Amino acid sequence: MKNFSWRVIIVFAVIIAAIVYIFPTINQGWWPHKKINLGLDLQGGMHLVLEVDTDKSVESTIERMTYEVRSLLKKENIRYVGIDRIEDTKISLKIRGNNNILSFNKLLDTELKDLRVLSKSTDNEILTMILNLPDNETRHIKKLATEQALETIRNRIDQFGVNEPDIRRQGEKRILIQLPGIKDTQRAKELIGKTALLEFKLLDETHDLNAALKGNIPAGSELLYQDNEDTATERAISTPYLVKKRTLLTGEYLTDARVQIDSQFNEPYISINFDKKGARIFERITEENVKKRLAIVLDNKVYSAPVIQEKISGGEARITGNFTTEEARDLAIVLRAGALPAPVEIIEERTVGPSLGADSIRKGLISMYVGGILVVLFMVVYYKVSGLIANIALILNIVLIAGGLAGFQATLTLPGIAGIILTIGMAVDANVLIFERIREEMNLGKTQRAAVNAGYSKATLTILDANVTTLIAALVLFQFGTGPVKGFAVTLSLGVLASLFTALILTRLVFDYLLINRKIKSLSI
Amino acid sequence: MKFIKSDINLNFTGKSKLAFYISATMILVSFFSLILHKGPKYGIDFAGGTLIQVKLFAPASINIIKSGLDTIDLGKSSVQQFGDKEENEYLIKTDISVMTSQGLSGKVKKALEAATGNEVEIRRIEMVGPQVGKDLREKALFAMFYSLLFITIYISGRFEFKWILSGIMAVALMSSVYFLSFINLSSIPILITAALILAIILFWFLNLKYAMGAIVAIIHDVIITVGIFSIFDKEFTLPIIAALLTIIGYSLNDTIIVFDRIRENLKKYRKKPLDFTINKSINETLSRTILTSVTTLTVVIALFVIGGGIVHDFAFAMIIGILIGTYSSIYIASPILLIWQRSGKKI
Repeated sequence: MKNFSWRVIIVFAVIIAAIVYIFPTINQGWWPHKKINLGLDLQGGMHLVLEVDTDKSVESTIERMTYEVRSLLKKENIRYVGIDRIEDTKISLKIRGNNNILSFNKLLDTELKDLRVLSKSTDNEILTMILNLPDNETRHIKKLATEQALETIRNRIDQFGVNEPDIRRQGEKRILIQLPGIKDTQRAKELIGKTALLEFKLLDETHDLNAALKGNIPAGSELLYQDNEDTATERAISTPYLVKKRTLLTGEYLTDARVQIDSQFNEPYISINFDKKGARIFERITEENVKKRLAIVLDNKVYSAPVIQEKISGGEARITGNFTTEEARDLAIVLRAGALPAPVEIIEERTVGPSLGADSIRKGLISMYVGGILVVLFMVVYYKVSGLIANIALILNIVLIAGGLAGFQATLTLPGIAGIILTIGMAVDANVLIFERIREEMNLGKTQRAAVNAGYSKATLTILDANVTTLIAALVLFQFGTGPVKGFAVTLSLGVLASLFTALILTRLVFDYLLINRKIKSLSI
Repeated sequence: MKFIKSDINLNFTGKSKLAFYISATMILVSFFSLILHKGPKYGIDFAGGTLIQVKLFAPASINIIKSGLDTIDLGKSSVQQFGDKEENEYLIKTDISVMTSQGLSGKVKKALEAATGNEVEIRRIEMVGPQVGKDLREKALFAMFYSLLFITIYISGRFEFKWILSGIMAVALMSSVYFLSFINLSSIPILITAALILAIILFWFLNLKYAMGAIVAIIHDVIITVGIFSIFDKEFTLPIIAALLTIIGYSLNDTIIVFDRIRENLKKYRKKPLDFTINKSINETLSRTILTSVTTLTVVIALFVIGGGIVHDFAFAMIIGILIGTYSSIYIASPILLIWQRSGKKI
């Protein structure tokens, strides 16, 4: 029987392939080096979803453009009444005098042609205009912000040192981060979530700080605070500073940030280096503002505000603050990786400790053994020898699922284990269908061989129909699910496919072998 | 060995009226419980909030834990025992969903260690923001809705060769729901309910009787499972949605096997009345229906008892679903074909 031997080859090839794929999981280092990945819920770790506040990136772009328009008008000697950012994302302009209006209109068609004019009115030689960015430009900025945030966070995590992190975009402005096996979750979250916008601003020393604290804040200045902890009382102290709003230099020119230990106080500090352009700007700032105080501001918190003693060239600065070594190390990482283009917020977190994961695996395996053994016993008691054949199929089923998980590099989760357990119960269904059919045919008086043939041919379509629907549900679940639930969909789908294979091809082969090749007249069923 | 004799001939269709009353009662009780509990009880996956699983290394009463938690501001919070009693594990839940980024777990650990005087292990933290919760809720509903429609396409195609008709209908329903969900005319649950009712009406007029039988049975199963969850005051989480979708698949599995036999027997007994054929088909497949339910129930009960706290509710949902699914494929899906014939339509 040519047909028969082909089927034998296929069955053995599939089984051997599955076993080969399982080996690396049992014994590391074996070919083909594809282990079954464990989900975060089984091996422990942290799953985060961040949302990038992309509106903020549009706002800061508009803020920057407002500033640019202002300096452009100054350069072109166009006198203006006011240029301000209004309603977060619009620029409002007021220009007086026909000459000024005329030269501004020229500018509008050349240098400012990327801006969209929302409204324009001239009244009494005063031009009032509101500008904003075109929609596709806004979309572009938002998209860029998410992409940049993703890259920056990837950079930070790489430097922090996590094994096999998974970082990817999810939807328009969300970022999914999976950090397996991470221990200090709090530190990791702080590292990921920090905007890390480093700014150098001058202190406003001409106005009175106390007056500002009472609410009388001069235009062009703002109140920023420095947070410290009193080492003796462990109480937080917040020191206010009156700082000029204008940013002189940001961290975008940084080339390096390293932790150093101060030899005098034995305290860690961060030494930063600027690139050529940054160094030039820094040199100019320090030159122009000797004896004034320069605030080093990170995410709107003042870290220090030293007095500039002399012009500093070479592009090196240091950030001090009462850091622990860990804090200093993390800060150096975020500074090196760069600032996020917009603030991010953690909107979903799932953390599983390693001991819970191990517990879950243990309990999952025990329920699998208990359930499996009960089903195996039941099948033998109910169907005798045929039940044994079904049990071989069942065990191979699990081998195939495991091999499939490794081969497709799918992730096994706790619901995934539940899916395998469920498959054990449902996998025998196909065999039950066939066996019941064979019993029916034998009741009609057919010989065993004829009954087996009829049983398989009549049950095959039914089995296919019944399993396709489960497969449909599993595939939809895969599409919809996240993490653990996806793992369930994967094992369920693999289980359905494996049970189709074992029931329709493998057990048939065993029956044919026993009834045809070994000429056994009757099998207990 | 045999549970069911091969010449068994129980009158299932004759009891369809009784079955109808039983099902109607169960559905009414389900709705009543849902109304009483003000809708399904959402876990943090869908409602948003924070869940912390802690393990104590020495037994302590819930009151001590609560008093320990009172020292930190957790907002509206609850504490409950989790898993086996001797494991000393507790679930702390709060509706706050922003604090995990500010060292919440560290604070909880410190507060509990101070209150119990023993070491405390934070085993699991889950925080879901309100927007994510809403997104997941909608995604779960869409997933159930889509899988139902895909399945009906398959059934209509395989049993009545109406692939194109059912395909067009399903795609039209899916896309209209999809687009309407953008316009925000009404809430998505109402939208999907309306679409499902419309689907059943369309099945009726388009003569898709097998699909209708299957979908009515599935909706019946899902409503009752959800209702029993509500009666036991259990929470809906992502794994429960996975369980519901599996129940859909499982219940259909049963239904299709009976349908398949009906289709086969319709050719065999052309002269006999329909209720005879249906009864014969259910009886012939009864042995298989019961056997598969037994093996599946066995493993799910093993999971329920041994699998640990996290899969406990999942296994519970599966147990209910398997029982209801088996019942519905015998007493609900097939008798619908009878109702069909009695209303003067051709089978």
